[in-house]
Amino acid sequence: MRLVALSRQAKRVGLATGISLADARARIPDLWVEEMDHIADAALLDAVADDCDRVTPIVMADAPDGLTLDITGCDHLFGGEAQLRLGLSRRLRGAGLHTRTVIAGAPDTARALARFGHVAIVPPGAEAAAVRNLPIAALALDEKDCIAISRAGLKTIGALADRPSQLFTSRFGEEMTHRLRRLQGGAPAPLTPRRPIPMLWLERRFAEPIGRAEHVEAALSELAQEACARLGERREGGRVFEACFFRADGAVRRILVETGRPMRDPAVVKRLFHERLDSLADPIDPGFGFDLIRLSLLATETLASRQSSLDGHAAEEDQVADLADRLSTRFGAERVLRFAPENTHDPARAARAVPASFSPMTAAVWPAPQQGEPPLRPTQIFDPPQRIQIRLVEVPDGPPRRFSWRKKEFHVRRAEGPERIAPEWWRAHDADTRDYYRIEDVEGRRFWLFRTGDYATGAQPAWYLHGVFA
Amino acid sequence: MRAELEALRERVLRLERGSSPVADARFSIGSPVIDAALGGGLARGALHEVFAEGMAHEPAAAAFAIVLALRASGAKPIVWVRQDFVGLEMGEIHAPGLAELGLSPDRLIMVRARDGPSVLRAGEEAARCPPLGAVLIEPWGNPKTLDLVATRRLALAAARSNLPVLMVRAGGTPTPSAAASRWSVRSAPSCQLSGCQMEADAPGHPCFIADLLRDRAGAAGRGWTLEWNRDRLAFTDIHSTGISGNSAALPGDLVTVAAGGQDHPADAHRSGRRRRAG
Repeated sequence: MRLVALSRQAKRVGLATGISLADARARIPDLWVEEMDHIADAALLDAVADDCDRVTPIVMADAPDGLTLDITGCDHLFGGEAQLRLGLSRRLRGAGLHTRTVIAGAPDTARALARFGHVAIVPPGAEAAAVRNLPIAALALDEKDCIAISRAGLKTIGALADRPSQLFTSRFGEEMTHRLRRLQGGAPAPLTPRRPIPMLWLERRFAEPIGRAEHVEAALSELAQEACARLGERREGGRVFEACFFRADGAVRRILVETGRPMRDPAVVKRLFHERLDSLADPIDPGFGFDLIRLSLLATETLASRQSSLDGHAAEEDQVADLADRLSTRFGAERVLRFAPENTHDPARAARAVPASFSPMTAAVWPAPQQGEPPLRPTQIFDPPQRIQIRLVEVPDGPPRRFSWRKKEFHVRRAEGPERIAPEWWRAHDADTRDYYRIEDVEGRRFWLFRTGDYATGAQPAWYLHGVFA
Repeated sequence: MRAELEALRERVLRLERGSSPVADARFSIGSPVIDAALGGGLARGALHEVFAEGMAHEPAAAAFAIVLALRASGAKPIVWVRQDFVGLEMGEIHAPGLAELGLSPDRLIMVRARDGPSVLRAGEEAARCPPLGAVLIEPWGNPKTLDLVATRRLALAAARSNLPVLMVRAGGTPTPSAAASRWSVRSAPSCQLSGCQMEADAPGHPCFIADLLRDRAGAAGRGWTLEWNRDRLAFTDIHSTGISGNSAALPGDLVTVAAGGQDHPADAHRSGRRRRAG
């Protein structure tokens, strides 16, 4: 067993990563060791990243032990870069974490300086100078390449930078030159934020954490108001709204609300959030209160200002769409459905239920029933079909005369059939052909039964009840 | 005296509605006889309850409510809130079947609610949306939360948006409620088909026996046997009876010993309900 991570005190007394546990114990008898737990480490990094969301929505995880925050345009909210850095370190120290924080103009520069350097804030344009004294390891190359460069007598980034880059490209590949340039802030670095970057976000910070539900909703509704005004300026409407509640103790809770069409009516947004908050299975726990609430728009769409039509028809459609949104937000999109026709003769799949909120009301083409014919399909259908016991039946292909279902006996008065419906061979190979009968019993109850199998073959066919008519 | 009473009634009505009487306060249910008995149709901005006579007649009750919704709504969307258990017990809604009743499925928004309180909650939310044509609510049995207050809330929401709210009470028993009318529906044997290419013995158009158990306008205590005509979107009266007369309604309704014996609890239940209604 070897040491993989050390506290500051441990470093001070001369331990280093990589030495064996026995060795370390021999040197420091009362050494406190814990077994490495990668999962817990990742969870901690995640929690810290969530908390860092309060600084900027663009947080990148730099596993296993780093985070990169894009604070472009955020520093003035905290009174400048120095204040931001100080505040963040202090906050994390409060949580028992020792951090090294560097602010620089390029992510790679900051990353390398935090690990190998002693600079806190790199002034704009000074990235190349700041990384000159860093060791080669700051390039994060393969160990093999690192050793090769060191053997060549090059110990620092500065030494590499002074030599023409073609030399290294031919020996170590293009990648290394790229890294060097990114380290010096000379090439754009790819950013991979942990969470989608919002199109627009607004936030409220509270000097004193708030905890009461009314206050939270009031803050949210103010944010919604502002967000909708901003959307109006951009001639856009939001499709996905996210509210983030940052608790004073670092926990973060996110609530998502989606709408079926682009939306910038603050009252509607507010109402959707109200529905959502009201229906949460585990209500948001304010703990010691929230000190930051953010409203982000994760998806927006163009929404021109609408001219209200003369007959008010469009407004009515909107109201129905809003109702579908509200119901979906409260009960879940999978519970608020609309039917869409499916081009199939399989009765079980003839209609597809789709979430109402995300499928606009369209005049779909449903097969028109024949004039004068009674209903040929049931209004309600059992899935799976229910097995029934036949008491009396006309063989070989007549309808049953008496059957029992759910321990009740039904005497058939009228019957029609069979209507043969074959399974779709391209879906199920072994499904049986079904012979359907419309049945009416003496009390007037109408059923849809089917038989699989054939009396002619000698095998005993099975009868099922598939649906009920009005 | 009578004029004074009328004036008072009008005032109470206005207070209940919170506004002046609306122009289309009633909708015709598509049967001249019943419309006449109801005084021009059912109240539009009101709650109506449709009971099934025993669980086996739930499809008939649901279809009767759909048909009423169809009559009331023109071409407007309809919201149907249904408790999951009804679907498990009596089958899930089959859209092509609705189309065969005359309701184009793309007009329907289906809400599947987990329990009684969510059914009422969703139903009330929908009832507050005036552009809808009608709202169907289908809880299972007698939910605890479905009391006089809950039905009153629904009735008020319905009145405010001038929207019929039809509550299908599958497997439920009548409890005090603020409904403007209360129906008890069962399937009736269908009539011989004519005018289409079908076997002579084929089951015909949907037939219902609908008993009006209660009516605010005072037409309660009557029953009708009705056939639904999808092409005209109207009922054809087969005949109307006094409420107690329909157990031997049709010549085709042969009460076999087995079936009658099996259904005995439901029948007893029915007559009990009638007494209460009367």
